[in-house]
Parts: sequence; C-alpha cells; structure tokens
Amino acid sequence: MSPEDILPKKIFEDAKQEIPEKTSASTIKKIMEALVDEYEKALVEPGESVGLVAAESIGEPSTQMTLNTFHLAGVAEMNVTMGLPRIIEILDGRKTISTPMMEIYLKKATDEKKIRSLARQIKEMTLKELIKDITINVMDTRVEIRLNKASLKEIGVDEEKIHKNISKSVKTYEAKLDGDLITLKPKTKDVDLNTLYLLREKLKGLYVAGVKGIKQVLPVRRDDEYVIITAGSNLKDIFALEFVDTTRTICNDPFEISGVLGVEAARQSIVEEIFKVIEAQGLNIDIRHVMLISDTMCTTGEIRGITRFGVVSEKPSVLARVAFETPIKHIISASLIGENDELNSVIENVMLNQPVPIGTGLPKLGMKNK
Amino acid sequence: MNEQIPVHKIVNSISFGLISPKLVKKLSNVKIVTPELYDREGYPVDGGLMDIRLGVIDPGLKCKTCGSKIKECLGHFGYIELARPVVHVNFVKVILDILRGTCRGCGKLLSESEDLAIDFDEDVDFQEARKETKGKISDLRKITKCPHCKAKQYKVALDKPTNFVENEKRISPIEVRMRLEKISDEDVSAFGINAAVARPEWMILTLLLIPPVTIRPSITLQSGERSEDDLTHKLGDIVRINQRLFENINAGAPEIIIEDLWDLLQYHITTFFDNALPQIPPARHRSGQPLKTLSERIKSKEGRIRHNLAGKRTNFSARTVISPDSMLDLNEVGIPKEVAMKLTIPERVTEWNKDYLKEFVKKGPKAYPGSNYVIRPDGRKKKITSETQEQILEELQPGYLVERHLMDGDISIFNRQPSLHRMSMMAHKIKVLPGMTFRLSPAVCAPYNADFDGDEMNLHIPQTEEARAEAEILMMVQTQVISPRYGLSIIGCNMDAISGNYILTRYEEYSRKDAVQLLTEVGHRDFSRIPKKDVISGKEVFSMLLPNDFDFEGKTRTGSPVIIKKGILKEGYMDKSNLGEGQGLMLRNLHKKYGSDKNIEILGKIFRLGIKVLLRHGLTAPIGNTDLPKDVRGEVDLTLSKAQEESYQLISDYHKGVLDAFPGRSVEETLELKILELLNKSRNDVGNLVMKHADKHQHLPIMVDSGAKGSSISMTQMVACVGQQALRGKRIERGYKNRTLSSFKPGDLGPQARGFVENSFKSGLKPHEFFYMAMTGRDSLMDTALRTPKSGYLYRRLANALQDLKVEYDQTVRDASNNVVQFLYGGDGIDVSKSENGYIDVKKVVERETGGKK
Repeated sequence: MSPEDILPKKIFEDAKQEIPEKTSASTIKKIMEALVDEYEKALVEPGESVGLVAAESIGEPSTQMTLNTFHLAGVAEMNVTMGLPRIIEILDGRKTISTPMMEIYLKKATDEKKIRSLARQIKEMTLKELIKDITINVMDTRVEIRLNKASLKEIGVDEEKIHKNISKSVKTYEAKLDGDLITLKPKTKDVDLNTLYLLREKLKGLYVAGVKGIKQVLPVRRDDEYVIITAGSNLKDIFALEFVDTTRTICNDPFEISGVLGVEAARQSIVEEIFKVIEAQGLNIDIRHVMLISDTMCTTGEIRGITRFGVVSEKPSVLARVAFETPIKHIISASLIGENDELNSVIENVMLNQPVPIGTGLPKLGMKNK
Repeated sequence: MNEQIPVHKIVNSISFGLISPKLVKKLSNVKIVTPELYDREGYPVDGGLMDIRLGVIDPGLKCKTCGSKIKECLGHFGYIELARPVVHVNFVKVILDILRGTCRGCGKLLSESEDLAIDFDEDVDFQEARKETKGKISDLRKITKCPHCKAKQYKVALDKPTNFVENEKRISPIEVRMRLEKISDEDVSAFGINAAVARPEWMILTLLLIPPVTIRPSITLQSGERSEDDLTHKLGDIVRINQRLFENINAGAPEIIIEDLWDLLQYHITTFFDNALPQIPPARHRSGQPLKTLSERIKSKEGRIRHNLAGKRTNFSARTVISPDSMLDLNEVGIPKEVAMKLTIPERVTEWNKDYLKEFVKKGPKAYPGSNYVIRPDGRKKKITSETQEQILEELQPGYLVERHLMDGDISIFNRQPSLHRMSMMAHKIKVLPGMTFRLSPAVCAPYNADFDGDEMNLHIPQTEEARAEAEILMMVQTQVISPRYGLSIIGCNMDAISGNYILTRYEEYSRKDAVQLLTEVGHRDFSRIPKKDVISGKEVFSMLLPNDFDFEGKTRTGSPVIIKKGILKEGYMDKSNLGEGQGLMLRNLHKKYGSDKNIEILGKIFRLGIKVLLRHGLTAPIGNTDLPKDVRGEVDLTLSKAQEESYQLISDYHKGVLDAFPGRSVEETLELKILELLNKSRNDVGNLVMKHADKHQHLPIMVDSGAKGSSISMTQMVACVGQQALRGKRIERGYKNRTLSSFKPGDLGPQARGFVENSFKSGLKPHEFFYMAMTGRDSLMDTALRTPKSGYLYRRLANALQDLKVEYDQTVRDASNNVVQFLYGGDGIDVSKSENGYIDVKKVVERETGGKK
C-alpha cells in the first residue's frame, strides 16, 4: 500500500504542505516512510478499552466545570445553558432542551437595515404584539381588536392574514374585518362575559406571524456578514425560507437536527455542542473521546441518551443492566423471557471474579490439562 | 503427600428463569413446618427456620445435608407449603397483562392472528421481542368477546398491590392460577414469556422457597442473646400465619376468617420480597425500623450488586496518611517498616533459592526482612512463630511458598480516591523508610490529585507473578505519564520546582564547585558536559540534566522564545508552560524521544534541581512585596476613583433618562452592563499597573511570573484592589428591598452599594465589602457542593454505557454484542496517549528527514 492509502487524509495533506518544494523524490519517499512509521506507532492497540478512557476523560474534568448558566459573548446577550448542566442535557438525549438557539446565515450579504427587518419577520409574533388594544364590548357581547398598522407594516403582514388566522383558530366565533378593526361575535347566543374574557386572553397569545418557536431574534455582525441569532428554534421552517443559507444555518438541539437532517448530522451536532462547552470551560479534552460518545449515542440510527432508558437498556447482558439501575426490574424481565447472559462484557465478569474480555484479558490460551 | 489440585471453573453463561413448584421441591432439603427456631437448649429445631439441614452458622455444628462445617457449607434451600396460593408481587403487572389478553373461559389468546406468538426455539432478539409484545398486547384488552369460544370478556383491574378485580368482584389467586394454567405455551409466548422457563401459573406461589440460613445468619449479642436476621423474622411471620391458615381451614372456620388470614399471608409474602412498595405499610421491627427484605438486599448502592459484586474488598492492602519526599523517584513509594512487615509477597521455594528464602524464615515475623507465613504444597497455611520456626525451617523444601516481607523494589499499586481516571491507580516500586506515612514524590501529586493536608492513600500488593508483570508493564508511573485525555504529560513540576527552575535559568550563577555540588545533590553523576569555566550560569546547570541531543523550540508564558539545542538551553528560561503538567510539548518530546524510563529520570532530576535551588536561594512572600511605590499608589487610586466617578455619571444619565439602551435590552440592563464593564476594566487597569511596577526579583512576582502559584489577579487583590464581586454574572443585588445592605439608601446604584470592593486585602476590607465577599464565597461553595454529586452521576452513567467498547484487531471499535461503533477509532485510529496533544507532528518529521533545511 502506498503512504497515501495508509495515512489519514489530514496527515497526508499536512505533509504536502510541509514538504518544501524542490525536494527530491527519494527524500519525499523517505519522509513518507517516516510518517507512516510514526503513524503506525501511534495507532491504538487492539483490545484497548477506548470506551472507558473516553468516559474517564469526560468524567474526570466534569467536576471542575461550573454549574451556572452563562451569557453569550457580545454586547446584548441571551442566556444560554453552559457548563455541566448543558453536557448532562446533551448526553441525556433529551427531546427538548432548556435553551434552544439558532444561528441563521443568509445566502446573500446584506446591510444592517435589511437584516433587522428580516430578523423581525422571522420572530414569532403573537397577536398581543401587533395590536393597539383588545376590548370586550359588553353591550354587544363581542370582542374588538384594534390592530397596530405600523407594526404590521414593519413585519410585512397585512390585516387579511391576521383576520384569516384568527377565524381559523376560533371557529365558534364570527370574525369580521373592518379597516384596522376585527370584531369577534359568538355564533351561538347566550355567551356570558366570562367566556369572552377567556377568549380575549387566548387571543392575546395567538400566533399570527413569523416562524413558530422563534422567541427572540438578534442580528449580529460576524466577520463581514450579518447573522441572526435566535432564542428558540425551528430548523424545519427556517430552512423553508428562501433567503436562508441552509448549508451553514444551525441550531443547538441535536434531537431537532436528527429529525430534519438525519442522525449523521445529529452526531456531528452532539460532538460540536459538547466540544463547545469543553472549550468554554477552558478544559483540554481530545475530540476523539467526544466523538466516541456521540457515536455510541447514534449507532442505532436514532439518538439514545446515556441513561437507563437509552444506551444501557440495550446492552445484551442482563447482569450489565442489573449493575446499572433498577436491578429488580431487569431480573424479572430476564427471567420471564428466559434470557441467557453470555458474559461477553466487562461488569458481569467482574461480578464473577473472571478475567474481563478487554485488554490483557482478551487473548485466550488453550492448554491440554493432563 | 496428596497434592491439592486447584479447581478452576469458568462460568460460560448464566440463564434466567422462574422456579417451578417442582423445582422448588427438587432444590429443597427441608420442609419447614414450625415457626420455632431453637429448642430449650438453644439447638435448632427440626423443621424450623434454622434447621441444620439448611446449613450451619454455629461453630461446632455440622450440616446434616452435606456434612460440612461452618464456612465450608454454602447452605441449602428449604420450602414451605402454602395453605392457599399467593401472588408474587414482582409479577403482578405481567399477570394482569395475561388476564386481560386471554379468554376467561377457554384460556385462549383474545386474537385469532397467529403471528403474535414468538418461537423461542429460534434465535430471538430479546430486546426486540420485549418491545414488540408491549405494543401488541395492549390492544387485546379492548376485546369484549372471545374469538374462539365467544364468551363475554370483562375488564380486569388491578387493586394495588396484589388483588385482581373483575366486574367489581375480586378474583382469588386460586382462580387466577386456574386461568393461567389453562393458557397454552404458544399463547403464553405472545406475551413475551418463554413457557419453557416461565409458565405463568408459577407466578402464583403454592410453595415458597426458603433461603439457606447462611444468607441470613443470626448474631449472638454480648449478653448471649440471639438476634435474628430480618429475613428470618419475616419468614417466621410467614410460617406462623401459614400454620394458622392451615389449622383454620382444617377446622372449617368461617370464610371471613380464612380470607383475613389469607390476606395476611399475602401481605407477609409480599413484604418478604419487597418491603418498600408504595401501597402497603412496610413491615417493621419492634423498634419501628423497617425490615430489610430481599429486594432491599439487592438494590441500590449499598445492595448486593453494587456493594459486593461490582466492587470487592481485598487483602494485602494498606492505607495511611501521605507525605512528600522529593528525594524519591517518581515511580517509588516510601512505606513504613511496620507496613512492610505486615504485607507480604509469596515466593516459591526452588532448589536455587532455598537458602535465600530460609533466611526470611529464620528472621520470622518480628525482624525485618522476615516472613509471616509458609504455605505447604497441599495448601495448608502455617504461621511462623518462635515455636513453629524450627520445624518449618527443617521441612522447607521446593514447592513450599514463603510469604516474605516487602522489600525495596517490590511492585505495589498505589491509589487515591476518588479514582476518576486510570492515573489514579499506578504501580510504584516499594522503598521501605522510617516513619509512619506513605511517602511519594510531589511530582506525582497531579495525577492522583493529592495534596498533603491529611490525604490518605491505599497501597495494594499484587500476589501473583502475572499480576506483578501486568502492573509493572502497564501500570508503572512512567507508562502513565502521557494522559490519554489530551496527549500531553500529566506529570510535571509544580510549585517550588517551577519557581526554583525559573530562578535558576533566569537569574542564578554558581561557582563551578557549587554547580557540581548542586547537581550531585540532585542525583546527577555525569559532569563531563560542564563548561570549563569558573562561573557557571543557571542555564548551563539546567542543561546538564538534558540529553545532549535534545532539540526543542517553545515559548515561555509571556511568549518569548525558549530554544534548546543539542541539550543546551540557549535562550529563554523555564517556567510553567514548559515544565508544568498538561502544558507545553517539552516534556512530551522528552518522553517521545528518550522513552518513558529516561523521561521520568530526567523529570525527577529537574524537579529536585528546582527544590535544591530554592533551598539555597530562599523563597518567601514578605509583606513588603505587596508595597507599591508612592507614585504608582497615587495612579492606582486615581484610576479607581475615576472609574467610580464615571459610573456615577452613568447612573445620573440613567436617572435623567438620557442613557441609550443596547439593542434588545432595557435601559436598566444596559446600565448594569456598562457599570460592570467599567469597574472590571478599572480593576484590570490597576492590575496591569501593579504588575508593571512590580520588582521582578521580588519573591511574590517570581511566583506569579513562573506560574508556580498565584496570578496577576491575586497579586492585584492583595496589593491594590479586590474588585467587583459578581453573583450570577451580575453585580450584587440581593439583600434588602432595593438595596444590598441597610447602610445604603434604597435604590442606590453606586459601585459601593452594589458589591464593588475598593480596598485590597492588605489595606483591609470595610464591613460592607467583607459582606460582599462572604456572599460570593458562599455562592461558589454552594456551586461546588451541588456540582460534585451531579458530575459523579454523569460519570457513572458514562462509564456504565461505554465500558464494553474496545478496539478490535481490525481497528474497529465495537461494543459487547459486536456492533461496530466506529470503523476506525477517532476517525484516524490514533491513540491519544501516543499522540502529541492529539496530533502527529508532521512538521517535525519532515524537518528531521530533510535535515532541518527549509
């Protein structure tokens, strides 16, 4: 095999960069041989318990991480879960994370004014934010909404759309649009004031425009372009917008990413999100450990957390599951189905005082006993 | 002489299943019929719960079943015949599912489709089977008419914990059992139950298996009274109620009394299995303390599994306080003679070492180095005492084992808890020393995370040749120097060793005589490379320790270059970024080029050199080091007061309403941010001033500059100003309404009123400033206290999930069921502990091969 086949791409490319021009072919050959030698010396030994090393590498420094949620760098900021709680959140494989965020890149570079208006368009708008007032007309038993034309214009939505949205969501009322006034009249008679009051409160929080789930927007200048940072995320709907650069726009929720872009992307997202925390805490952990953890979480094609419901629950060994959590439950279910523990992994052999099938416990020696 | 053949069994696999009534009888040796335990003489009653056919726990008695004595007999099972069947609590949910899913009349599955059944003779993925059945059977309960016999079906409910109710009538366990008996094996499999090992009717107990007495031994109190185990108590209750139930049934007692007794029996058997069920009151001792029954014995951290099976106690170990000894090598551990004389290493007598080992026996257990025991080839262990000594010496011959005292050079495993990574257990060579503590080189404190404020550590002595070989090859300190976490040296110099080498390589000069003296003290013997001069610089002294073909280029902490050529420190000086643990590449390169043994030798010498230099130079932190020149003091005060003035300006702007808000922020938040930034900046400015004017030869700045201890911030806090105290990234706001302390006016937003500490530690804090510091101090204390258990649990989960992953011979990473997790470890197959900070230094290889020409 040639050095190019043996060496990882990165090392090979680095070598190309480093080797000065006008190097004779024989020297290049010598360098390549030396590199291959160096690389093969650095390879992992078969039987190496890489999983435990990864767990140690994350677990040991995690005692040094802070618990506090910190602020994002920049002048105006949003709260982001960082430190240990964030790592726990990612490794749990939670379906909803505590502070979802997005970074939206645009296809074309724009100016500051444009980006502000785009940001406003994206933000989830409730009716409350687009009206002058909302009142209950006691005499006619109806609700009156007076829209704020200025703010409607700002986000580029017309009264028609709002009217449509309202009538769609409250079907038992008849909604009428008149200029900037929308009146809601109950279709049935005998509606007491209390229900009207409830209706008014409900209408206030009604979603009318923007992208659902985007709670806050913040246009930020990054290098020579503008980026919209959002609190709250909705990857699918944001990707549908035509001005968004879908190749770079990301969110910080691996679970959402796996739904939209698949596990491969989610795996990468887990690696990046964990590594972000590690770097922010000023710790030095090799990325290979994080990658291994992310890979074990994603091997089955969906994200499984490092919990008793996730990765551990799918271990083949009964005793390994028993040794983790809820032992009685596992013993019971194993006895019903007549499970057979082949003792292929570590912990059950520790329990039985036998060599573990890892590292030096791996090679087996056959011997005739006379 | 009959040679004892060691029996070495290997467990291949463990199968799980239910125990059928038939099997109960087969396993048992005794039928328990009486709740009495002992007769009047204190001898176990036949047919009682302590029957000696169940095993023995009293010394002197012999087991009636196997004839062995205490400790040899593992115990035997017995059984109770229950007067009426009783439900096993742990299976209640399964029984409920089965009752709901099968016909109450004909016992067939309430479904006509055939594909529900699982064929357990074929290879079944248990996980999959479990998942699938769960969804399938939940639909069955809605069917109201049996598709086979057309019988009407009723809703079956569970009256927790153990009663089944159908049509608001209770189904007795007898009836439940009858229904379960009717179900065919095939139909049972639809519920994910393998009838070959678990017939559903077995979940209703008719016979109760009694555990051997050896797992529930009684304790004899000092008063001679016997105190029985919790399980025995519980079993006594069961037997008692069972007998009463029998009697009542036979006497033809009214149904109500029988029902009551039956319920009571059910309660006792339920709590026998699990005494922590939410629905029923736990069975208690007379003292009111709940009994610890079967489930509680297995469960949780203190249960059998995690306490006794996943972790075990060991012999041949020692624990004591640790203290430092920099004259020890990194891979040595100093142990007290007292410990060395208790811990032993077995050595087999051969023709060739007979005389050598006889010497140990001659010395006996009281003299060092002696021996404590001799093991005969038949496995009999003999203690060496003054009486037995003569005889043992005479009979000693090849094949015997002598357990001799520890000696210098023996291998031991040294450990400090919490054992968070593999460097928490390393092999050290024994060095027997006077004193009562374990001694270790301060350089290996970092991997153990140890200090000497009273820390204790454990020492283990491997007892077999295989274990010693493995410890020596895989666990010795020198093999663990490169951390698998980031691929840099985790062992390095710290504290005095850093400041010592810093002073040496930066300022010191020695006469030739002193230089030789210094190097000798460090343990260096090769003086051929000492320059032929009268005055030898510190750099040259330091260079003596480096191999003469070592080349290195790096940077100091301030960024100035460090150049080592051919083993001589040409430029720069040593500080933390080159000597410290987990820092630069200098130590990594030494390790790579000269191997692990040479590396720790050099490292040990460098460490000692630093300490010896300090011994001559002296290092202390006098109060004078915190003085500032008068003009600098003025400048500092000016900076601070100016910052405070500016923040008052901001506050008045805010009150006037002329403060512009940041985008996405309110005016209040903007003000806070601006003030915080301003005050932090002022402290930084002051810090820069302090560091700029600090005398670099003074000891405090030396410690800071070398990275040995302290930072520019800690200097500033001592000298000039402690600075703003922050809680949750904000200025301090909590306390009274609208103010932090009652000495301020409500609504005061000024620096002093919101946690700014203007004074330095030297000048002393004002009362309110002291209070602010106490607040932040408490906050960080809380943070640590809350964080430790959280991260501990995270670690446990990670370790449990990942412990089976290993690299196969084809370089793939696989889990226990051989699923590929990664096709090439880390994407490139590189072992982090063999890399340089995670990379392979391509540049260096190219330079080496091209001869350094660019």
